Amino acid sequence: MSELAHGTGSHLPAAEVPEMELPHPHGWWSTYVFSQDAKVIGIQYSFTALAIGSVALVLSWLMRLQLGFPGTFSFIDPQAYLQFITMHGMIMVVYLLTALFLGGFGNYLIPLMLGARDMVFPFVNMLSYWVYLLAVLVLVASFFVPGGPTGAGWTLYPPQAILSGTPGREWGIVLMLLSLCLFIVGFTMGGLNYVVTVLQARTRGMTLMRMPLTIWGIFTATVMALLAFPALFVGAVMMLLDRLLGTSFFMPTLVEMGQQLRYGGGSPILFQHLFWFFGHPEVYIVALPAFGIVSDLISTHARRNIFGYRMMVWAIVVIGALSFVVWAHHMYVSGMNPWFGFFFATTTLIIAIPTAIKVYNWLLTLWRGNIHLNTPMLFALGFIVTFVNGGLTGLFLGNVVVDVPLSDTMFVVAHFHMVMGVAPVMVIFGGIYHWYPKVTGRMLGETMGRIHFWITFLGAYAIFFPMHYLGLLGMPRRYHEIGETSFVPESAHDLNAFISVMALVVGAAQILFLFNLFWSLRRGREAGPNPWRATTLEWQTPETPPGHGNWGRELPVVYRWAYDYAVPGAADDFVPQNQKLPPPLHVARGEATA
Amino acid sequence: MDTAQLEHGTATRPQGWPGVVADWSSDQRSFKGASWGKVMMWIFLLSDTFIFSCFLLSYMTVRMSTTEPWPNPSEVFALEIGGVHLPLILIAIMTFVLISSSGTMAMAVNCAYRRDRRKTAALMLVTALFGALFVGMQAFEWSKLIHEGVRPWENPFGAPQFGAAFFTITGFHGTHVTIGVIILLVVAWKVLRGEFDDQRPGFLTGRRGRYEMVEIAGLYWHFVDLVWVFIFALFYLW
Repeated sequence: MSELAHGTGSHLPAAEVPEMELPHPHGWWSTYVFSQDAKVIGIQYSFTALAIGSVALVLSWLMRLQLGFPGTFSFIDPQAYLQFITMHGMIMVVYLLTALFLGGFGNYLIPLMLGARDMVFPFVNMLSYWVYLLAVLVLVASFFVPGGPTGAGWTLYPPQAILSGTPGREWGIVLMLLSLCLFIVGFTMGGLNYVVTVLQARTRGMTLMRMPLTIWGIFTATVMALLAFPALFVGAVMMLLDRLLGTSFFMPTLVEMGQQLRYGGGSPILFQHLFWFFGHPEVYIVALPAFGIVSDLISTHARRNIFGYRMMVWAIVVIGALSFVVWAHHMYVSGMNPWFGFFFATTTLIIAIPTAIKVYNWLLTLWRGNIHLNTPMLFALGFIVTFVNGGLTGLFLGNVVVDVPLSDTMFVVAHFHMVMGVAPVMVIFGGIYHWYPKVTGRMLGETMGRIHFWITFLGAYAIFFPMHYLGLLGMPRRYHEIGETSFVPESAHDLNAFISVMALVVGAAQILFLFNLFWSLRRGREAGPNPWRATTLEWQTPETPPGHGNWGRELPVVYRWAYDYAVPGAADDFVPQNQKLPPPLHVARGEATA
Repeated sequence: MDTAQLEHGTATRPQGWPGVVADWSSDQRSFKGASWGKVMMWIFLLSDTFIFSCFLLSYMTVRMSTTEPWPNPSEVFALEIGGVHLPLILIAIMTFVLISSSGTMAMAVNCAYRRDRRKTAALMLVTALFGALFVGMQAFEWSKLIHEGVRPWENPFGAPQFGAAFFTITGFHGTHVTIGVIILLVVAWKVLRGEFDDQRPGFLTGRRGRYEMVEIAGLYWHFVDLVWVFIFALFYLW
């Protein structure tokens, strides 16, 4: 009965805060458009992120068409290719993954999972979305300005990012930097809300150590984002000044076309430090919510309590903290003091320890679990495999001597797509399949979901596994065309064509997913309040989808942790967090008590 | 959200570190005495600290990377007053004004918690006035330097990064002060109209007004002040 001992039956303190004042919508506009309800804001964030993410997906097809069949598509010239790469990377990392995990999942799930009526400052939360939308629109606008979007690569390294010869040097880079600044402002408004809601607006009985791991992941990632985005903000502001006013923060003395430019004395490495002080935590800003969500998916769909809950929480926190002291492992080839390389390689490899703890705990949760192989579980399992894979190549790249020859090859592309592209996206899909019934009241089509999973999962491996090999051959990344080189054999070109075909196939599967989203809205099976028989609070709402204020008259009271699955002696195989005591088995079965 | 009214049970909490552990292991709130708004302001200030730290570290980096000599700030910011050459005099006055404004702000917070409407508003207006004075002197300093030929991309005294870092950092800080002045004026106006006494809902957020907003505005103001101390030490004195 040790599971029951996780804090049941203890006394419950009285409410410390009065009920929050909710802004009540008046009419259609304030209900669905300028809504201050975190649920609506979450859906708005998710849709905007998926929409802009689709653009980035199409860009990746175009890049693959060029790489797989060089010379066939005349409209993809080197300039356009660089622009596609840049926009694909930046959109996917910042405008899709960050916005979807924190703005989308965060907004929808934090108040519901904590038993709150809404975020603490709904008005600021609403502003957050609209500023985010503005940032997206500014970014999209850069496709339509003279010269097109910037082609500086998603890392935007100066000096090349603002020199002539880089596509989008006129307008694209300016709009990109402006859009990033707006994104950070918008995110800060939302992020403050998420953090304060988790810290100060939990319901009675909801201690930090009873929170579902989803909330732990989103919470830690948000704290990290609030500390990491400032570095990008400062970098973006200073590069804007370099570009528009001619300051030389990042610009050394340069000769261009035989003429010395007016720049001089700046430090390009400074930008790299600022960028990666943001950029590396960013990897975990995307990964930690994924860790959290996947823990809940696995526990729910394997009907097992999560193994080592406390370890899982501390691993999330430790990974979050460590990720602030590893940034320069992205700069081994930039020319640093070798001692720095030693330090950053060590910290990088230390991160493998808490990460490995998490992977073991997921596996131990699955061990002898009652695994339901439905779509969310499939995606969760797909995540574990992909993440372990990408993590292992991370150990290669974390070591200075191994990184130096592999740097700027396709190996790096394969690594980060596995670990922070495919893996978090697997969780996003799993999360959408898991929570869609709560958001809409209907199940997503299961058959379509499984087809979607298998094509995406196998396809992602078909795309990125061979890429490791191409990288080991020495094939460079970001090249428009490899051409005739002695070290790249003919077979590598066939492999490239294969990868491109698989990329198109995987892309097509996403169209099936989008179709499923809309089809199930009307045609999906009725879900009921708790289709997965899950314990967490969002499944215990009086209405499905949850109404304004989430909880009806009374806020829920939490008596237990989030993982009481298959509790011995309990009638059902799950005990919701807000249930005081599980009825003993014989009572539930209606047997006579002796 | 006025949380001050429901403080029961907090008196029995253990003191010191055991108290911190007890609070963080408890339900509902991790900071038992703090309202939502105050926690939010503190976390925002933490984030803003990282912005200013990045600016100052960047300034130090470009100061090292530039090949041209760095101008002597004591001389660049010197003024001739009544025929006497006074290094850094304007900056000294600005610093004095800004630090004094923190004093009046603290007094305003005190008066707010005594529910002294008029004194609170008056002290906040004095604080805002000091802030405006600071921004005004900064504008004078900017125009003086621009007049002498200092630009973000060049300056006659040496490294062009001097101008770049100067305009960026003081500009960013000045923007913070300006926003602070606006916040102070708005809150002072609300105090004066008695919006916090009868807890009238705010225009945008619909949340009930309360005197704690004076303290939250004060937190921001003290922060902007503290940042100036670092800018003063690291840019002007170094």
